[in-house]
Order: sequence, then C-alpha cells, then structure tokens
Amino acid sequence: MNDSTHDASNRGLSNLELETPEKPYLDSNELIINMGPQHPATHGVLRVILKLDGEKVLGTECVIGYLHRGVEKIAENRTYTMFNPYVDRMDYVAAVSNGLGYCEAVEKLMNVEAPARAKYIRVILTELNRIASHQLWLGTHALDIGAMTPLFYTFRDREEILKIFERYCGARLTTHAFRIGGCQYETYAGFEKDVKNFLAFVAPKIDEYEELLTTNRIWIERTKNVGVISAADAIALGVTGPVLRASGVKWDLRKAQPYAAYSEFNFDIPTGTNGDTYDRYLVRMAEMRQSLRIIEQAVNGIPEGPIMAKVPKIIKPPVGEIYHSIEAPKGELGYFIVSDGSTQPYRLRVRPPSFVNLQALDTMVRGLLVADVVAVIGTIDIVLGEVDR
Amino acid sequence: MAEEAKPPVPPPPPPEGEKKPAAEGRAAPASAEPAKPAEPVKPAAPAKPAGPVPVPWMSPLVEKYKGQYGSGLDAHSYLGQNCFAVDRSLIPDILRLLRDEEQFDYCVDITAVHYPQREKQFDVVWILYSFPRNERVRVKTQIADGASIPSSVSIWATANWLEREVYDMFGIEFESHPDLKRILLPDGWKGHPLRKDYGILQQDNEWVQINLGIESGQ
Repeated sequence: MNDSTHDASNRGLSNLELETPEKPYLDSNELIINMGPQHPATHGVLRVILKLDGEKVLGTECVIGYLHRGVEKIAENRTYTMFNPYVDRMDYVAAVSNGLGYCEAVEKLMNVEAPARAKYIRVILTELNRIASHQLWLGTHALDIGAMTPLFYTFRDREEILKIFERYCGARLTTHAFRIGGCQYETYAGFEKDVKNFLAFVAPKIDEYEELLTTNRIWIERTKNVGVISAADAIALGVTGPVLRASGVKWDLRKAQPYAAYSEFNFDIPTGTNGDTYDRYLVRMAEMRQSLRIIEQAVNGIPEGPIMAKVPKIIKPPVGEIYHSIEAPKGELGYFIVSDGSTQPYRLRVRPPSFVNLQALDTMVRGLLVADVVAVIGTIDIVLGEVDR
Repeated sequence: MAEEAKPPVPPPPPPEGEKKPAAEGRAAPASAEPAKPAEPVKPAAPAKPAGPVPVPWMSPLVEKYKGQYGSGLDAHSYLGQNCFAVDRSLIPDILRLLRDEEQFDYCVDITAVHYPQREKQFDVVWILYSFPRNERVRVKTQIADGASIPSSVSIWATANWLEREVYDMFGIEFESHPDLKRILLPDGWKGHPLRKDYGILQQDNEWVQINLGIESGQ
C-alpha cells in the first residue's frame, strides 16, 4: 500500500493524547492507495488506484497494459492462418469463442461459409466453453467474496469440459479448435456420447452451486445492491454481455444478429432487473442452463457432411474491410479486419469485451467500500489477457 | 438480422465476377441481389479472382444526410455492411446526429488504420450499433498525420478508453478528451506501435534501459 497523501506523523505514538476527544479517530483526509497489480482479487495484473475517504471509495483509476503483447501488431505481420492461434491467448479462459469470432470474420471477408456440420461442432464447443468460462468466473468470484467451496466444485466440473476439448483437439485451454472455413478435426468416436454424459452430469451440479449461494445470507449481503449500473449507463459505456443483461437490456448477439448455427436453436436470454452483482450472478447461472439447452439441441441434430468449406490453401481475402462480432462469454467480441488483398491482414482490430466492460468499474464502485471493489471486479468478469492484448 | 433487410437496395449494378455469392446471411441481400435461386447449394468456389465490390448504400437515412451535407458525405455498402465516409469537418455533428436522431446509442468501437503512402495518412473508424434498429453502421474519416479530431466522449462515454487506445497506438490526438494519455503502454514510452513505420521488433530501448534496468527487451 502506498500512502501518499496521509500524514503519518499525525498518528504517531507521541501524539496519541487520550484527553483530546475532539480529534476524530478517523480523519477525513483523502487516501490514495494502489490495489494490484499483484493482487489475487484483481484476476491478473490489473492495478486500480483507489481514492478513499476512510473505507469509502471516492473514485478509481484503472492502470492496465501490464500484459500488453501487441496482438494487433502481430496480426499485421502474420498470415491469416498463422494468426489464428494467437487469438486464443487473449481471453484464454474462452479460447474457443475467440477462435470462432476470428474464423467467422475471415470467412465473411472471403465470402465463404462453413458447412453445416462444422457450424454445429462450433456451437457445441463454444457453448461448452461458455459454461467453462462462467464456472471459472463463479469459482473465483465467490472466492473473492469469501466463499471458498464453490471454487472446488466449479473446477472439478470444469475439468470434464476440458477433457472433451482435449480429446477433440489435444489442447485444454488454448484450443485452436477451428480453422478458417470450418474445423480441422472431425469429432472423435464417442464425442456425442461424452457431450451427452456431460450434460447429464453438469445440470445437477449447477443446482448445487445455486444451493450454496443463491439463498446464502452472506452472499446476498455481499452482492445485493452492490455495484449497481443502470441500463442507460451500461449502454453509454458500451457494456455488453451478462453485465448489460443484468441491467435489464435483453440483448444477445446470438439472437440479435445470429451467427454460426444459432438461429436454429431455441433458447432464452436471461435478464436481470437491478443491475447489481447479485443479478449478474443470477444471469450467468441462467446462461449456463441455456447453454446446456443449446448444446442438447445441437448434439442431437449434428448433420452429416464435410467439416471444411472449400478454402484455398493460401488465404488471400479480396481487398475490403469487415466487422464481425460474436457473443463471447464476456460480451461482444468483435474483429475489424482491413484486407489489402495480400496474405496478411493490413489491419486487424479486436474489440475486446473485457476492456470495454472494465471501463464501467469506476461508475459501479463509487460510494462503495473497498471490499466491494473486489466483488465488483469479480462480477464484471475480466480476463487481463484480453484487456491488454 | 434486420440490418440488410432495411435499406431497399434498388438493384445496383451487379458486382462483376459474382456468379455465386456464398450463402452468407448478412452479406447476401445487399451485395448479391441478382443471384437468389442459387442460394441453398453448399458454399463453393470462393477462389474467384475478383472479390465483391462496394455498392452504393441506399436508404432514407442516407438520402437525408446526403441532402444535408452533400459532397462531404459518401455512403457505401460492402458485404452487407454499411459505411459512411465523411469529411473530417463533419465529424462531431454527424456522430451526434446518428446518436440523437437515428438511435445509434451504442458505440461499439473506435479505431484507426494507417496508410503511410496517402496524403491524409489515417482513417479513423467508428463502429456504431443501434439497439432499437438492430443495425450497425461504420463512420470513417481521413485525417493527416499530426492533425487532431474532436473527441466523442460527450456523445458516448465509452469513447474515453477507446480514444485513449487510438492515441496510444497511432498518436492521433482527440480534442477536448477529458484525460488523453496512454492506456496500454507506459506513460513515458516513445512511439506509436500500430503505425506502419513502427517495426514489429522495435521497442523504446531507452525506456526499457531506464525502467527495467536491462540492455534490451528483445
């Protein structure tokens, strides 16, 4: 902690006079402290400068960039195919979503479309990844607030998803599961059975998480009316994903502008009403159940057929530009690609949901206590790999 | 998906070399009007030499602003995505109008593209979305190196960090931005990495030596 404005000598032992009751115990000097970048509750290397009055937060400033690797610059110096694995390293807990967004953006630029079977495989893996991402969020968020048990439960169950990924493509985290034009790998023997087993396995587990938290008195005290953001503020700040939906805006790109095969499945968009940490928790829990519905429909209806569209070996999109975005677990993940007709993108911009959502932190924590800042950072669900790129 | 359905595209000159528009939902209606019957077949033959070309974007919205601003504004549509190319002088006005009158209430992204060989070296791009209309539009303008551009933080609060990132990566200044400073790179860093003249291995070695105490970051 770096105490820069407080005059420490005021509180030195020599000045401690018991007979001066008019001297307030807590003076009202503003205190500026650093939280992070090495802090377990900031979910990575996020540094937040807090301006405090006692325990009350007067304002915050986020200092980011500790994990900046220049992903957009790298993209300009790699071919479209070579850049594909890099996107997994942005939001590394939802690597499949990153890959889906990138592959679809390039496909759109080339005017090709992945075959139906590839789209179904993509939906199944992406939704599995959404559940894994939400499980990781829930475990760490609950841990931040002081509930340790959910962490073990969610990591135990997330493992089953990672096993499916590993069997499918050999990787657990940075999967690089998709290729431009479809999927590299056909599903392995027993894939559908594994996914169905997982659905049956995880549904009661989600109830279990809810039993631990939803009516838990401490959980409610720590999350209800904490970090409230109104729908109007959320829209002005460009917030998307579960955070936006918890403020009552029923908007999900999977419905609003369907991509992959999402228009073929029935599912609901869970929304909240108060826009507080508790509602965001409920929205994400409901989203996991909706993901299960989508996966169930997809796995029962995987069409036969090829998994790769006819794409040239060397990918050379025509001159032009495209913006394509998908509903990643954290919000709208967009790729803006400018092609000059060569094998490398002329410019590739990633619109990261975590980066934009993190900007709302200041609005959400003003007037709260320091302990609530931890809860709010958790509830926004950021991944610093994506914030900093 | 209402986006392409809206602008009633009066058959534009069919883009040359477009014998089969691969069945891309969003792309199909605007750029590929003439070839409807061939749609349901599997995507095929993307390797045609000439790609789709931008077509003029026709809609009441465009008519309205064209009437108002005339030659300062050009509207086109590429692969079903609509884009305004506007003159730098119109920038704060047109963005504000798009939000206030056309309900583009969500600023998705602000970014830039560097074309060093051009006289006006930078394209600044706003990607906007409207929740009520479920429609996206891009606004583009060209500015010269060293020129500044009005900030849109007063229009969309989200522009704050997005503009800081553009400043950090390209060195484009945004006028009346509340707190224009670097966001991803350290404050004392020299250079703007996403400019084309900045090499991929290039670093601010002086900064690295002073602050990290090592010879080089490579």
